[in-house]
Amino acid sequence: MLFYIREIMQILIIILQIAVLLGVVLLHVAYVTYFERKIIGHMQVRMGPMIVGWHGLLQPIADGIKSFFKEDVVPEQADKPLFLAAPVICLVAMLAALAVLPFAEGWVLADINIGLLFIFAMSSLASYGIILAGWASNSKYTFLGGLRSMAQVISYEIPMGLSLVGVMMLSGSLNLTEIVTAQENSILSIYLFPQAIGFFVFFIAMLAETNRVPFDLPEAETELVSGYITEYSGMRYAMFFMAEYIGMMVMASIGTVCFLGGWNGPFAIPFFPPFWFILKVYGFLFLFIWIRATLPRYRYDQLMALGWKLLIPLALLNIFLTGLFKILVP
Amino acid sequence: MNETATLDIPVSQGDEDRYRLKLGPQHPATHGVLRVDLELDGETILDCDPQVGYLHRGFEKLAEHRTYAQNLVLTDRLDYIAAMANNVGYCEAVEKLLAIEVPERAKFLRVMVCEMSRLTGHLLWLATHALDIGAMTVFLYCFREREVLLELFAELCGARLTTTYTRLGGVRQDVTHEIMMKLDTFVDDFPACIEEYETLIDTNRIWLKRTIGVGQISGEKAVDLCLTGASLRGSGVDYDIRKHMPYAAYDQMDFEIPLGETGDTYARYRCRMEEMRQSNYILRQCIEKMPPGPIVCDDAPDLVMPVKPGRKVEVDTSARNGLIKLIEDRDVYMEGDIYVATEVPKGELGFYFISDGMGRPYRMHIRSPSFIHIGALATMGKGVMVADLIAIIGTLDVVLGECDR
Amino acid sequence: MEPIRIAEQLQGEFQASIFGINEHRGQVTLLVDRNVIVKIISFLKKDHKMNHLSCLCGVDNKKRKAAYRERFEVVYQLYSIENRTSLRLKAQIPESDQTIDSITSLWTGANWLERETYDLLGIVFNNHPNLKRILTPEGWEGHPLLKEYKLRGDVEWKGFEELKKKAVQLRQFDFHNAPTAEEAGSDE
Repeated sequence: MLFYIREIMQILIIILQIAVLLGVVLLHVAYVTYFERKIIGHMQVRMGPMIVGWHGLLQPIADGIKSFFKEDVVPEQADKPLFLAAPVICLVAMLAALAVLPFAEGWVLADINIGLLFIFAMSSLASYGIILAGWASNSKYTFLGGLRSMAQVISYEIPMGLSLVGVMMLSGSLNLTEIVTAQENSILSIYLFPQAIGFFVFFIAMLAETNRVPFDLPEAETELVSGYITEYSGMRYAMFFMAEYIGMMVMASIGTVCFLGGWNGPFAIPFFPPFWFILKVYGFLFLFIWIRATLPRYRYDQLMALGWKLLIPLALLNIFLTGLFKILVP
Repeated sequence: MNETATLDIPVSQGDEDRYRLKLGPQHPATHGVLRVDLELDGETILDCDPQVGYLHRGFEKLAEHRTYAQNLVLTDRLDYIAAMANNVGYCEAVEKLLAIEVPERAKFLRVMVCEMSRLTGHLLWLATHALDIGAMTVFLYCFREREVLLELFAELCGARLTTTYTRLGGVRQDVTHEIMMKLDTFVDDFPACIEEYETLIDTNRIWLKRTIGVGQISGEKAVDLCLTGASLRGSGVDYDIRKHMPYAAYDQMDFEIPLGETGDTYARYRCRMEEMRQSNYILRQCIEKMPPGPIVCDDAPDLVMPVKPGRKVEVDTSARNGLIKLIEDRDVYMEGDIYVATEVPKGELGFYFISDGMGRPYRMHIRSPSFIHIGALATMGKGVMVADLIAIIGTLDVVLGECDR
Repeated sequence: MEPIRIAEQLQGEFQASIFGINEHRGQVTLLVDRNVIVKIISFLKKDHKMNHLSCLCGVDNKKRKAAYRERFEVVYQLYSIENRTSLRLKAQIPESDQTIDSITSLWTGANWLERETYDLLGIVFNNHPNLKRILTPEGWEGHPLLKEYKLRGDVEWKGFEELKKKAVQLRQFDFHNAPTAEEAGSDE
């Protein structure tokens, strides 16, 4: 027994790290919803939540408690095992992607050499949950919504992956920590300038992957009454909601790591290395919220045309130019 | 477990790609209780069949049992977004039937409230149209301006929504100095507000992509579908009742009628934005040119408050009769019929009265623009996508209260 | 051309079919034979450019004080956008044979207006593509705007009766007989 004390301690430490990470991320998710409501409110000449707690700060906790206590409605004709499994698949896939994100030098849960590929795999798994939800609810609206959403997510995964190929070529690795360290050799230690086209494609693909405005047709209220999540209520709805926001944060983190230099900053902050990383992720999230308050949404065929006819050729062009750059400038 | 429960409405053999979907009546985008039965092939609509009647309250039947003055209250509930315009339309029709002359000040007041309600109607149209297409912020900005107008309505006649402001022979109450001051400030600030809405959506690529080419109809097709109002003017047909058959004080007002060219959603949108600017200009002229004088004519049918001292009124209180003895010596209730149309924000609102010589109309028919526009939806909705259908319902500017009466 | 001149010209063209011209408060009405209504309206639409159909409604003449020929009437209000003239046509329909030709071939927009007239008065339009009830619910019996139809009926609509029965049935699922203050409290 004494032989395995070290292994047991290691496992306990990892479990503790997972718990801390989950706690921090879920708290962030809750408060991103609060800040979204506040920021959109102020942009729309109104206040947002004000009543629960000082200026509404306890609102997300109230929402969480509410969804916990709501009645769990399963439609009679729904396919019960799939209906119950769909939100779980979405949430677990998105949470698993958090394991490889580097918040600072050495602050990563699983420093694997195929970090970027792992994240793509996990976000593809999440789209599996979406189509299951649409199908299992056994209603026409959700079915249409699920189909649309899945087609959108799959179409935009391609330009997203292609836009990151440029980053992979410049840094020479799929390991997220190494991508960040490789960026120190570029202008201002970020890949934004050499990979400007790639960033543009990635940003738009990011909006479409997370079903945010202007690509939120599958869950637009005025079109199909919430699309594939129409039939969900209570905790399961909260799970889908959380999966969407965690997806937003994961995508923002990828953008930060690959294009904005991860945890690099103009000056080091003592005692808190992830400071710049967190600031950049917050910047991305603010951009998401700002775009939601301002822009109308695309029609479905225009959305698909944008992904296939504009973004993929741009991403391929980016790869070509990056390759050229790498050959000509050793 | 029933595998076919999802697509359970049977379709004919060979048509397995089509399926039927019902949009509404509870739906955030259908502007009231409207149900649209769609037959879809993927995203494209093959057959579009709107179903109305959820809000049918039987105004035409009710009108036959109530006096002309009592029927005025029903007209608020037609287009409840711009209630004043309906009141003005009704009073114009009945006054022409009974040959009652309205004093000058009342005419100007009617024009003023008509244009204010045109603004409220168009602001709500813009808010919901933009919200349907996805721009949430325009919705709240429009309601901010609408709030100012509704507060003015409340100060003027006591109600924000169902105003019943006009009376047969004039208007209910005169404007106070405070109301004119507030209206003055509003009219000064409003053009800047329209610019604010336009910066958000007018040149936005997504908005242009969603509205240009959507729901396009030519001028002849629009007249064939009996469209009126901005839906017709967007296709280039110059038909505005305020210019063709002027009523109230419109012949003394100087304004233009914006016309569109292409006849699609974007053209109608620009038409209505320009109409808002013209309404603002008319309001400015109303404030400047308002003549002094009485607000009700001397021999108006009853329900003028307060009753002038010294005027003898004998009221026949038996409920069946409905005649007020005061005007029995006037030969107003002649037999005959009349059709009078006015320009409300939604289009042409017409009242057709048949009078039998009694105090109650024999027949009142309301020609409502929204009813005809939803009828046009059945033609315009074929072959478009579902997202475009929502945009088309928005651009035709329907209100179900007016449609169903 | 002024409406009264148009009316006189029409009377010259379709002599037997025009039963009378009436003028009241400046508006001209023509009484026409219902069998030639489509011909007359298409003549007006082509030759006098009356391209806008303002109004189409039906009237039940049963309780009129003045003399009338037939029980039902269909009223057409036409307007010429170019010439700015309007004209009204009335076609009378006997109670025994409540049919008249439809003008959907001239205006697609007349489709719903004629459906409404059918729904409220029971006048059947020949060659109408889709003559169904429009304002009253499905399965409604009777035509509400007829003079003998009571304003407040005797029985409740049977659809409402079914709804009330269903509400009583569903009361068995009501777990909370009386919601307490906390339960009925702040819920979004």
